[in-house]
Amino acid sequence: MNAFLSVLRRDLLLAARRKSEVLTALFFFMIVVSLFPLGIGPETALLRRIAPGVLWVAALLAAMLSLNRLFATDHQDGTLEQMALSSTPLSVLVGGKVLAHWLTSGLPLVLLAPVLGLQFDLSSRALGILMLSLLLGTPILSLIGAIGAALTLGVRGGGVLLSLLVLPLYIPALIFGAGAVEADMAGLGAGGHLSLLGALLALGVFFAPWAATAALRLALE
Amino acid sequence: MSQRLINWFKFASPATFYPLAGKLWPWFAALAAAFTLAGLWLGLFVAPTDFQQGEGYRIIFIHVPASWMSMFIYCVMAFWAAMGLVFNTRLSGMMSAALAPTGALFAFLSLWTGALWGKPMWGAWWVWDARLTSELILFFLYLGYIALTSAIDDPRRADKAGAIVSLVGVINVPIIYFSVKWWNTLHQGASVSLTKAPSMATTMLWGMLLMALAFWMYTIAVALCRVRAIILEREGRAQWVAELPEMRT
Repeated sequence: MNAFLSVLRRDLLLAARRKSEVLTALFFFMIVVSLFPLGIGPETALLRRIAPGVLWVAALLAAMLSLNRLFATDHQDGTLEQMALSSTPLSVLVGGKVLAHWLTSGLPLVLLAPVLGLQFDLSSRALGILMLSLLLGTPILSLIGAIGAALTLGVRGGGVLLSLLVLPLYIPALIFGAGAVEADMAGLGAGGHLSLLGALLALGVFFAPWAATAALRLALE
Repeated sequence: MSQRLINWFKFASPATFYPLAGKLWPWFAALAAAFTLAGLWLGLFVAPTDFQQGEGYRIIFIHVPASWMSMFIYCVMAFWAAMGLVFNTRLSGMMSAALAPTGALFAFLSLWTGALWGKPMWGAWWVWDARLTSELILFFLYLGYIALTSAIDDPRRADKAGAIVSLVGVINVPIIYFSVKWWNTLHQGASVSLTKAPSMATTMLWGMLLMALAFWMYTIAVALCRVRAIILEREGRAQWVAELPEMRT
């Protein structure tokens, strides 16, 4: 637990020292979301309908952007090897890194989403559901992304490859996340979708650090 | 260990598997050709014309077996991947790598023939039906596997990384299938069902089964051929390769 917290603290500190990286992904999210009304037209009824999907797809892409750096810098300066040698299981340390990644890239998206949702004329109730679905869903993106990041560590053309590997696996999160908001707007209630997102999250928390660790050990050989 | 009737691990070595695969693949290729001929004959000449869909339905004899195989091959790939991780055998990774292009081919074939079938039947090349969508995602999973394994130069790492990807994928395939299915019902998408032939004529069913067998045999033959090529590529410097009869001539 101690090691988990110290990895978490270290990664957060590193992110705080390099604010531009965190902010770039955030601005990317804002710009992508703002481009859609410009491309489609300002008709509010249509915008309200596509808002959940647009926000969720933009969140997927923004989460992808920062995945490259999840392990790359630690791999370059040898920190990752020291982590693999330490007495604490590597999967615990990976868990700490993933949590730090979510806090720096996922949580800001969750907090920013309602503001962008206002551009799409979403009701305050829908905004709440959107935040809740992103709160449950963005950790899944970080967890699955960690597997992809570990697999493509130090591989030629890693960035594009990462998106090819990870984006198909993001589809369930996208469907249930955007579906929760749509179901609520249609009056069906978002409970089922949110429960399924929660189930996916539980599955991811259990399996993803394990798979990512196996992939990291491979990259370190 | 050596007292057993068949020593399964004997053929886990590329050196012993290479000649075995060389002996086996022509048989599977011949079986594939025979089943294809029988299946196509039954499908194109014997099977009756569908009273709803006319002659257009006959693409089913390619379409359905191709979709079956694309899903089945992914499971086989994951099985070999798990074998490779558990027993640390080199051949398992090679088998996985040899199966992937065929699986991707069948996934693509299934999408293509589906589009050709959809146009006259539903009036659209593409419908966001749950099965079509999940087949498309399966195709993407194959592409991801192939892209990852070909981007890594070290074959050992490529095999293991591919193994992890295919295992993660095989856990995700049912999740993706059901999520897409529920997504489709929520959206009230085009209400078409691919299973609208409730009482399929037995000759049609037989034609389909024969074609499925043919594709199966084709997959085995091609995978064996490809695994032979991969073995030669990776073990080219080994002594046993130099001693092969086809190398001496």
